[in-house]
Amino acid sequence: MLKHILTSLTGGPVTEPAPAPADPALAELAGKLDKAAKARLGRSLSIREVDAGSCNGCELEIHALNNPIYDLERFGIRFVASPRHADVLLVTGPVAHNMREALVRTWDATPDPKWVVACGDCAVGGGLFTGGYACVGPVEEVLPVDLRIPGCPPRPVDLLAGLLALLETSAAT
Amino acid sequence: MYGEEPLFGLLNRIGTPVEGHRPWPRYRLGRDGWLRLIEELKGNAWSLLGLWGEVRAVHAAFREDFSGDVAVVSLDCPQGRFPSLSAVRPAANRLERAAHDLYGLTAERTTDPRPWLDHDSWGVRRPLSEQPAAPVPNPGPYTFLPVEGDGLHQIPVGPVHAGIIEPGHFRFTANGETVVRLEERLGYVHRGVEGLMQGRPVAEAAKLAARISGDATVAHSLAFARAVEAALGIAVPDRAVWLRALMAELERIANHLGDIGAICNDAAFAFMLAQTSQLRERVLRTADSCFGHRLMMDRVIPGGVAVDLPERGTGLLLDLVVELRRRFPPLVAIYDGKASLQDRTVTTGIVSAELVNRFGAGGHVGRASGRDQDARRSPGYAPYDELAFEVPVLTEGDVNARVWVRIREVEQSLSLIEQIVARLPAISRGLDHPSVPIEAGRGGEGMALVESFRGEIMTWVRLDGEGTVARCHPRDPSWFQWPLLEAAIGGNIVADFPLCNKSFNCSYAGHDL
Repeated sequence: MLKHILTSLTGGPVTEPAPAPADPALAELAGKLDKAAKARLGRSLSIREVDAGSCNGCELEIHALNNPIYDLERFGIRFVASPRHADVLLVTGPVAHNMREALVRTWDATPDPKWVVACGDCAVGGGLFTGGYACVGPVEEVLPVDLRIPGCPPRPVDLLAGLLALLETSAAT
Repeated sequence: MYGEEPLFGLLNRIGTPVEGHRPWPRYRLGRDGWLRLIEELKGNAWSLLGLWGEVRAVHAAFREDFSGDVAVVSLDCPQGRFPSLSAVRPAANRLERAAHDLYGLTAERTTDPRPWLDHDSWGVRRPLSEQPAAPVPNPGPYTFLPVEGDGLHQIPVGPVHAGIIEPGHFRFTANGETVVRLEERLGYVHRGVEGLMQGRPVAEAAKLAARISGDATVAHSLAFARAVEAALGIAVPDRAVWLRALMAELERIANHLGDIGAICNDAAFAFMLAQTSQLRERVLRTADSCFGHRLMMDRVIPGGVAVDLPERGTGLLLDLVVELRRRFPPLVAIYDGKASLQDRTVTTGIVSAELVNRFGAGGHVGRASGRDQDARRSPGYAPYDELAFEVPVLTEGDVNARVWVRIREVEQSLSLIEQIVARLPAISRGLDHPSVPIEAGRGGEGMALVESFRGEIMTWVRLDGEGTVARCHPRDPSWFQWPLLEAAIGGNIVADFPLCNKSFNCSYAGHDL
């Protein structure tokens, strides 16, 4: 283990440079955040992830954001355990009816100002699950959505670019 | 009576074989035959492989583990009722409750009649039955099992959990720090996969199969594809068979690496997750370079595979094997040598051999408790019959044993990748990627057993005359593992639940469908 620590100290970081904030995301967010919200957030975002019916593919890639290669925390973005500590709800899945109430209650428990990010094709547009008896459809049918990150699942760099856009927009004065 | 009657012996006596069910037979039983089967199940060790409903019929699949014989039995239930298997096969209970919630089939004399997938929020009851019913007005709360005793308190957890994980509800009853009982309530991520598959062309249903459980997307796609190919009697190109195994082994390694790190992380040993998550990322990037998708979603399709391995692919894969062989063993040595970590994993969350056998639990959960079962070996499927690999089995049944089974499986899968790359057949002349078309206009019934990283997947499919899916039931291994998690945590402290849960890593989405 000592050897691993020494290698980490001398070998330089394995973390890769950040992607540029996603342009479509920046465009989507422009004008959505008011000054007061920006002032309160600074350059830090706390995210609560909510699986509202995902196949867990999105979760796997969101997990990858925490690995040393993508290292999300270097930007001041971190995942928190409670919606009460969160600025952002990162929602995946085509909102299963069985999860709808839990999703709304999680949103209610999140303090203002708050943003909702729809992550993955299911959360953005309902995906393959549109039209069934068991799913509501896109997240925006349940909650106001501020940012959409498509993909099945989105790659970690796409997630990173989207979240950085949120951070940039919220930090710009 | 000594010994047990062979599976086919009994079924030939009490049932009528149904034509066109491949590769194993299906028998139609009468009600008397079904009751006779239940009698017989009391005294034998046949494993339940699945139980699923249909409009006015119920099906169950069994395997005689010793001989490897597999059969499906069916009972017509025009009144919507069938005698429950739950008393003789407890793993059948949740499957029967699911069949009730989706098809309105009532299991008579069941051990537990409560709803399972239906949380009274769909706006309809028994949605897949002939006559869906209006929802119950003012539904009451779900009834948890009563727990009585001095000094007990309850801890409700979920459906939204603290980490980045799927939703489910856990109701702990604890005495101080010690868990007396855990009761699970699942179904929150029910997306109606089985209903959505019905009436879809095979290619569209395959996309749904790929999204049953994202972490096992290759295995579920493979199970669906093989069931369809069995139903239609299609032989896929050799190269596709080997590429499928390649993807399946990459998926197995990626998941085990992620989980080994995550288990250690739940014991507050974050170093391991930081290391294994880098290795996992390395596997996913290789998968991306070779097959164009990090999780290899939609790459296994009925008829073959959707993409061929690029020319540089074999080199990338061999580099990956070399790198993992260099970087993984030192981490295993650290896992094995850290007393504080071993203190958390050894003797934690023990599942008895008797329970894994009674529930027919597969994967690392079964193999860590002595159940020597792997679908790649028995019943077995190509190309594994031509490959050399061992199936690691331990008997301690604790978190540590489940970690070690996964470690050994990573090593075996690395060897399998090497063997597959060395023997990959060339692409057949005239194909631009290794697959054969699925012709519309033919029907049939097929079934497949495929070993995912989590355990054995059983997929059953019926294609109608137009070649669309009439009924498909994909049974994730989690169905038979979730109930054992309730047993594993008993007598442990609440703080060890994350460790136990992660060492199982059951799929919520795969179970809830």
